[in-house]
Amino acid sequence: MKNLIRHKKIVADSWQRLERGADGSLPTVPVAGDILVPLALWQAAAGALRARGAGRLGVWLEGDEDPAQIADSLDAFSLIAVNFLQFTDGRGYSTARLLRERYGWTGELRAIGDVQRDQLFYLSRCGFDAFLLADGQDVPQEDLLRSAQAALSAFDDFTEAYQTSVERPLPLFRRRCFASPEQQ
Amino acid sequence: MYLYDAVDQRLVDERVVQFRDQTRRFLAGALSEDSFRPVRLQNGLYIQRFAPMLRVAIPYGLLHSRQLRALAYIARRWDRGYGHFSTRQNIQFNWPKLEDVPDILAHLATVQMHAIQTSGNCIRNTTTDHFAGVAPDEIVDPLVWCELIRQWSTLHPEFAYLPRKFKIAVSGAEQDRAAIQVHDIGIEARRDATGEIGFRVLVGGGLGRTPVIGTVIREFLPWPHLLTYLDAILRVYNRHGRRDNKYKARIKILVRELTPEVFRTQVDAEWAHLKDGPATLTDAEIGRINGRFTRPQYRRLDALSVHYTQALARDRGFSNWARRNVNPHRVPGYAAVTLSLKKTGVPPGDATAAQMDAVADLADRYSFGELRVSHEQNLILPDVQQSELHALWQEAKALGLATPNIGLITNIIACPGGDFCSLANAKSIPVAEAIQRRFDDLDYQHDIGELDLNISGCMNSCGHHHVGHIGILGVDKQGAEFYQISIGGAQGNDASLGKVLGPSVSQDEVPDVIEKLIDVYLARRDSEAERFIDVVRRLGLEPFKEHVYEKSDQTQKDRRRQLAAA
Repeated sequence: MKNLIRHKKIVADSWQRLERGADGSLPTVPVAGDILVPLALWQAAAGALRARGAGRLGVWLEGDEDPAQIADSLDAFSLIAVNFLQFTDGRGYSTARLLRERYGWTGELRAIGDVQRDQLFYLSRCGFDAFLLADGQDVPQEDLLRSAQAALSAFDDFTEAYQTSVERPLPLFRRRCFASPEQQ
Repeated sequence: MYLYDAVDQRLVDERVVQFRDQTRRFLAGALSEDSFRPVRLQNGLYIQRFAPMLRVAIPYGLLHSRQLRALAYIARRWDRGYGHFSTRQNIQFNWPKLEDVPDILAHLATVQMHAIQTSGNCIRNTTTDHFAGVAPDEIVDPLVWCELIRQWSTLHPEFAYLPRKFKIAVSGAEQDRAAIQVHDIGIEARRDATGEIGFRVLVGGGLGRTPVIGTVIREFLPWPHLLTYLDAILRVYNRHGRRDNKYKARIKILVRELTPEVFRTQVDAEWAHLKDGPATLTDAEIGRINGRFTRPQYRRLDALSVHYTQALARDRGFSNWARRNVNPHRVPGYAAVTLSLKKTGVPPGDATAAQMDAVADLADRYSFGELRVSHEQNLILPDVQQSELHALWQEAKALGLATPNIGLITNIIACPGGDFCSLANAKSIPVAEAIQRRFDDLDYQHDIGELDLNISGCMNSCGHHHVGHIGILGVDKQGAEFYQISIGGAQGNDASLGKVLGPSVSQDEVPDVIEKLIDVYLARRDSEAERFIDVVRRLGLEPFKEHVYEKSDQTQKDRRRQLAAA
């Protein structure tokens, strides 16, 4: 089992992520089940994927893939995921904000790949609401669960923020107008 | 200084708690080195040659005496009794223990300081004119805008993992003293015909391996749009900057590869979505930030103090110092004083804990408790009454902080170099000292006049060698430390990048080479008013090159002649 955090709770993950082969070939689509397909598969077989009866459909983007490419077909998806090849590759933060703020995606937005505890706070501010934590190497199952539980505290690392974000669309200076003088 | 409000303070406190937990997990083996490195860097913590190095932010170089005392305390308690002021107006401690760093950050937080984003691939400390707010040639006080940028960039969720580090500088005066042309983003605050404030925005400047002068991408950005426009630039860079090669990851490479025109088009397209959005600044917010800056209660004084002019006439040592280290002030009867951290024999930018405490006292007694750190690695007392300059000079002299060399050849900008930094190819500090000793004679220095000499220990260019009138770069030549000399660089309004003179030279040879450059300059200048950089621009590299690299038989002939004369 994988450690999926959704809406700040650890939950079971029903989704199967499909990936391209090492040679770039597109994966085959299973008959049933919730599937998360790479952008290339969606672009090659959108019609067939839409027509597939059993199971929900999700799409995942690499850091360098432009979310504009799925902006017109958001209705087809129950899940959008953004892959982090390395947690230090910050492109996915912009991808998330664009999906939420520009293209109006309101469904589940999941960070996958090298997703670690110390990035959860910024990721959630940019609009991710689900996080598939990266597996530690050779970590026993119970430790994984424990570290996922510990990671939940990362969402509370900071209780305020200056900037606009998906989480707080107004910057602090506009929210201050509503605050009492003592808080200033 | 800018006074934190409750939220400013809370965020800094929460950062301490976060980093304490990260450090605990790292030391317990629950966080790998690879996972810890980026988060510790974003708290200013490097693992250096001998020990960790902690870089503490001094936002836009503004410092209160109480904060300087806290830095002195940190130097004494957790370090070896000194600190190094850097070219980003920050301070670095070279010897803290990793496990002590959370306590150091907690102590900093008690005086409204932190180490947030002083390293790492994120938006770094915003720098500005060290005479901001007091310079007579100021058009717009940049401090308010710097603080707005500080808040916007602090813990910005989208731009914490950029392709590479990102540096912003702001200038609001006629003379650019913030080197805005060699920053990832340079911002020049100005006024339009109606007096409204706006910004000229430059992008893609930088030093390092590929030095570039920034390009103007917007001539006049009205002030309400500052943050949305910055968001647009950063988003284009975050999404499209190169991540495959760290040497090509700075925004300057993206701007060059796209061309500035295409880059501007992309920024404008992004900005079209953000412009007039919630991050658009308001009069109320500018007023609020402005109100949180403490401003000196200046006295009404004569434009020129009689006491001051008499002391100048009476005391040559004082007048020498005043000529170099005292700058005019926008308020009549006041002056801005530079305390030189460039005394011969002391690593450039270093100050002891005792000096820091003493300078804090000077600031309290002479300058409303306020200080500035300059990117030239000196300390400034920005608000001194002219009539008190002589007394201040005497005290500064006793502290070893009155070397009258600002703007002169011995006011060397230098990085810590190979003595401390694990990136360096070569040492900087002993080279700086050897040059200072060679030019120690004050009359000689004054005769040479304005000359910026900058030293970097490696291509990362922390010592800004590209924009020194004379630049010295440490290079590795088959395992040996060598130095490449360039001339013709400059910072400021007429910024330019130095050109390499010729083959690199050994450490011992550096002072001789510099002296030869000066010989050519003194022989060829058309008057004392023509500065070294002017002569280089007029004559080009050739005469300098010829003299430095003249054939050895000629040198031997010279030497024989010198011996005969002796």
